[in-house]
Amino acid sequence: MSDLLLDPLQYPFMQRALAEIVIVGILSGVVGTLVVLRGLAFIGDALAHAVFPGVVVAYLAGASVLLGALVVGALTAVGIGVLTRNRRVSEDTAIGVLFVAFFAVGIVLISRQTGFTRDLGSLLFGSILGISTTDVLVSAIILVVVLAILFLLLKELAMVAFDVTLAKTLGYPVFWLDLLLLLLVTATIVVGLQSVGNILILALVVTPAAAARLLTDRLDHMMAFGGAIGAGSGVVGLYISYHAGSSAGATIVLTATAVFLVSLVLAPKHGLVAQALLRRQGRHHAHHAHALEDTPPA
Amino acid sequence: MTAPPLDADARLVLDGVSAGYAGSTFDLAPVSFEVGRGEVVGIIGPNGGGKSTLLKAVAGVLPLRSGRVTLGGRPLSEHRGRLAFVPQREDVHWGFPGSALDVVLMGRNRDIGWFRRPDREDRRIALESLQRMGLGGMEHNHISEFSGGQQQRIFLARALAQEPRLVLLDEPFTGVDTANRAVLHAVIRAFAADGVIVLVATHDLDEVQEMTTSIACINRRLVAFGPTEETFTPETLRATFGGQLAVFA
Repeated sequence: MSDLLLDPLQYPFMQRALAEIVIVGILSGVVGTLVVLRGLAFIGDALAHAVFPGVVVAYLAGASVLLGALVVGALTAVGIGVLTRNRRVSEDTAIGVLFVAFFAVGIVLISRQTGFTRDLGSLLFGSILGISTTDVLVSAIILVVVLAILFLLLKELAMVAFDVTLAKTLGYPVFWLDLLLLLLVTATIVVGLQSVGNILILALVVTPAAAARLLTDRLDHMMAFGGAIGAGSGVVGLYISYHAGSSAGATIVLTATAVFLVSLVLAPKHGLVAQALLRRQGRHHAHHAHALEDTPPA
Repeated sequence: MTAPPLDADARLVLDGVSAGYAGSTFDLAPVSFEVGRGEVVGIIGPNGGGKSTLLKAVAGVLPLRSGRVTLGGRPLSEHRGRLAFVPQREDVHWGFPGSALDVVLMGRNRDIGWFRRPDREDRRIALESLQRMGLGGMEHNHISEFSGGQQQRIFLARALAQEPRLVLLDEPFTGVDTANRAVLHAVIRAFAADGVIVLVATHDLDEVQEMTTSIACINRRLVAFGPTEETFTPETLRATFGGQLAVFA
């Protein structure tokens, strides 16, 4: 048993991969909480597609893929922010047209290279086993910065997510707070690209947070659970892929999916089993099941 | 963040206020009226006539197309933390992970300030507001566990916790049962007694007659404005609602 756990650790590439996936897992689980609450999954997917040409150009130029993706991602986030501000454009359609086209640009660029299938594979599905020490360090720095921003501005970001009317009434700069959130999502997606790739990163952002929502009714707990589930799925998935010889990124995503499905069935309050029990009890205490006892003040 | 002090004779002045949703052709002709502290103003008119638009423009939710809104001679933006908007229940995301206390504390955000967490005083004010709304002891329950009437009382508690100078209520009487309606009346009267100005957008004309001191009749323009007892007449109502007022006659 201990061999199963310790054996992979003798390889430096596995040590780096484990460190990286813990960082990516925490980051995507925590930021994913806000993605899920704001319904930004589609925009997240668009971001992941849109940064692809940045990744390809950086890769072909031999520059840092992370840097290339960050630059294009930040530009894209600003673009989406401006686009969604102007209600005249149907944002879903605009994002669908524009940003998937960016993705195609990336594919065209890389398809002109010889041996492009292998390169394409590692870019699309991640190459966590090939991660460098510098990449791990940069990812760790981004994690610290993102967590610090969330710690400082969670009160404001939560308010905008729950009731944007209140935020505007109180005179908060809602546009800038939205843009900041998009930039945090971009940073998360870009960091995750190298580990699980363009196609699968969205699952890692959405799934742990969705599982966490089933486990708690508190925002801070949801973020903590999301981060823990993200990191936990990452480590477990990486071990499974090592022993099973399966794709690391896909195995990690499926591990997170398994956690979500277990939460969906067994979560203490929102799980299917708990809900069924509550309904059964509700037949005896009908009013307790729906709302708290209603006693308006005199 | 401290708002400027407010004199007892300060007035809320709407000066040529017009607003609309971006990309919509809906036009609200510039509206001007003014009211003093402690007044309860009913904003009435047919659906689609612009009462909600006017309310949201005053709240700062919609950008003004023209005109300005001042309170005590200062732009409303200087009173921001003291401006409370009570939305319709459907406008809010009830699946959001948060308790009644979390929601009420959001009303204190401007007082708490950037980068800070609520302190003991903020929590005391929030808990006291929930207690006044009959929700004491339920502050840690998740917002989705409350009934519709209770959810509205959470918003009223949030407005109370803002220690407001101006309160804006968007269709507050819709779908509210008798008991909760009584609470709503009591809160509006308590605000007015404290010198708070209350604007209520509603289509419930019985409530308007009972609860307001003045009315602003809106149908794409300000049709009439004045003290309720003088302005709430079949003639002005007919002029405001046009043919839609069969019920009232």
